[in-house]
Amino acid sequence: MTSSAIATGSAVSAGPVRVPGKRRDWRGGLMLWGFAAPALAVFIAFVLVPVALAAVYSFFNWNGLGPLVRFIGVDNYVRALTDPKFLEAIGHNLLIVVLSLAIQGPIAVGVALLLNRRIRFRGLIRTLVFVPYVLSEVIAALAFKLLLQPDGPLDGWLSALGIHGDKPLWLADQGLVMWTLFFVLSWKYLGFAILLMLAGLQAIPEELYEAAALDGASWWQIQRSITIPLLMPTVRIWAFLSMIGSLQLFDMVWVLTGGGPVTATTTMATYMVQYGFQRNQLGFGSAVAVILFVVSLVFALLYQRFVLRRDLAGAITRGA
Amino acid sequence: MNRTRMLAALAAPAAAALALAGCSSGGSSGGGDTAAPVTITWWHNGNADPLKSLWQDVADEFMAAHPNVTVKVEAYQNEDLQRTLIPNALRSGGGVDLFQAWGGGELKDQVAAGYVMDITDQVQDEVEAIGPTVSGWQLDGRTYGLPFDYSIEGFWYNKDLFAQAGINGTPKTLDELNADIQKLKDAGITPIALGAGDKWPAGHYWYNFVLKDCSVDTLKAAQSSFDFSDDCFVQAGEDLQAFIATNPFNDGYLSTSAQQGAGSSAGLVATGKAAMELMGAWDPGVMGGILKDAAAQADATPPSFLGWFNFPGIPGSKGDPTAALGGGDGFACAAWAPPECVDLLKYIDSPDVQKRLGESGAGLPVLPEAASSITDPNMQQVLDGLHSAGYVQLWLDTTYGPTVGGAMNDGIVALFGGNATPEDIVKGMQDAAATL
Repeated sequence: MTSSAIATGSAVSAGPVRVPGKRRDWRGGLMLWGFAAPALAVFIAFVLVPVALAAVYSFFNWNGLGPLVRFIGVDNYVRALTDPKFLEAIGHNLLIVVLSLAIQGPIAVGVALLLNRRIRFRGLIRTLVFVPYVLSEVIAALAFKLLLQPDGPLDGWLSALGIHGDKPLWLADQGLVMWTLFFVLSWKYLGFAILLMLAGLQAIPEELYEAAALDGASWWQIQRSITIPLLMPTVRIWAFLSMIGSLQLFDMVWVLTGGGPVTATTTMATYMVQYGFQRNQLGFGSAVAVILFVVSLVFALLYQRFVLRRDLAGAITRGA
Repeated sequence: MNRTRMLAALAAPAAAALALAGCSSGGSSGGGDTAAPVTITWWHNGNADPLKSLWQDVADEFMAAHPNVTVKVEAYQNEDLQRTLIPNALRSGGGVDLFQAWGGGELKDQVAAGYVMDITDQVQDEVEAIGPTVSGWQLDGRTYGLPFDYSIEGFWYNKDLFAQAGINGTPKTLDELNADIQKLKDAGITPIALGAGDKWPAGHYWYNFVLKDCSVDTLKAAQSSFDFSDDCFVQAGEDLQAFIATNPFNDGYLSTSAQQGAGSSAGLVATGKAAMELMGAWDPGVMGGILKDAAAQADATPPSFLGWFNFPGIPGSKGDPTAALGGGDGFACAAWAPPECVDLLKYIDSPDVQKRLGESGAGLPVLPEAASSITDPNMQQVLDGLHSAGYVQLWLDTTYGPTVGGAMNDGIVALFGGNATPEDIVKGMQDAAATL
């Protein structure tokens, strides 16, 4: 949501294409606005207006029923930011951001490098790797919820493999459940990361490899000096998507654990639904939504400013 | 569909048409044939049989008797319906006409916002016939909905497993319950199934300890004042902590769901993997539905080994040992619903439909004259319990409403997870009440 917001906003503000002649300039502008209008209308109606409405609601004590009458200033924000449970939820989001970057990234690059070589069944393996990403989050989460229940299929397989005795409570142990969740998330999203990396690898010119081979470079040297550096733009884009996804994480958690047990896997988004919608405190929930929006936006802007800058130079930063 | 069910389905509309002929002729003063077509959208939580087909039959019969009315019946999973779908529909001002209403604090908020039709004048006869249980759907003497069933909860237990563990009779005190739990454990049986993943099933343990630790006056006062300062609320948490410490529940109960599939708490009892669970009168029906899905048998019924007993009393406490915790299901019409909505609601609470509800075993009808229709032995046990209860308290989360009730349930689940103290539950409720 955030990334598209920035892209769309910048594209519009880029203004009409400069063409000589006043008349054609006027017509060009009209044509541009005409083509942009449908997308712009949708963007305003379904992105900007809801965000603005949420910002308004967040200053009221409102149970979602009846008119907005009880203005309470920034009380909702103070309440959210001083609630240890909300801070815990933010901590969970940040933990998933860090784990995703630190664990999923290297694995994705490694698997992509392997799959980029000529090996048997490469097409089949590539397809299989991507299958989890195609499944809907809710279906994947439900499947894992059934697999991981006590004495469920996973525990049965472990017993069949000769691992007897009490199995860990994958979803009910408050110390373990975050790792279970991260495993399921990785299972789900690694395929997407690998696909991105593979696409990035395809874009590296073949001549460089030929030249390196002529110079007698080994496979490892080629990877280290050519492939990895030239893959970095893709890695940076993937990291951006992964971070935003981790910050806004909801579906998988909601279905798999509901944020529980107790509060062991809450995220900012599950906290918002639980305390905003389920408790009929839509004003407070809106304040949480605004905080979630601001956190994601700040992350996105900082990342674009400092990390993605050279990759995007000329694309959306107007050659700056 | 088996043979009895088919016969019932064929016979029911005939009886219903007769019943309806009487009531519609009074209301629609001769204009019945030319009435403009209306559509009533009806949302309920009976997403499993027998309730699901009963409501469908009721809708079909109502349409047959009122040719201008189309009733769109939608069955939804309980939590989705109560927490998401109904509030969203009411906020948007449409989409539903006749909706499930559980009474108490939630209905109060909906009425205060002007989303619920005042049906006081149309349903005077029904209110009189139903009696005191209708009070949960009334505010300041006005009626905003009608319950169709009202029942109390208790432990549903497996008589075979109890016998296997050498338990005679049912526990009357907390000490006896603890002794029985130990006997079950000694026999290698999981004593209690609990679906704490859904939160409210865990909450009900605390509610019952509150009910047995607090005096009736304290409970009644807390309903409107949100005053939880009496020691008994903390005492309930301490008693619950001691109970949890005996480790009576199934493995992984913190993430177990209550009603979905064989791995849920209802499924564990239904399949004989746990000896009992604390649950409302709908539990046998839920178990029957789970067995039906799991075994793919269309005619699976609730397990025959079920027995029922109320949450035992605590000798020496201020609470009434016979007090029971219960609640009902009802329906309310949205403020924008067509007038026919009230007719449908009245039909749902007519003696004929109430008796069929009792016969189906899906719930305890609220009409006393339908009580004789209860042939299901499980429901008869609950009815006996209801009659012997000295005081009946509406579910605490329903009574206190979503904000305070939600904080209460989260606090209780945290206590189950070892992350909160008995004092934290009470403090969480007081803090939530302060944000209202």
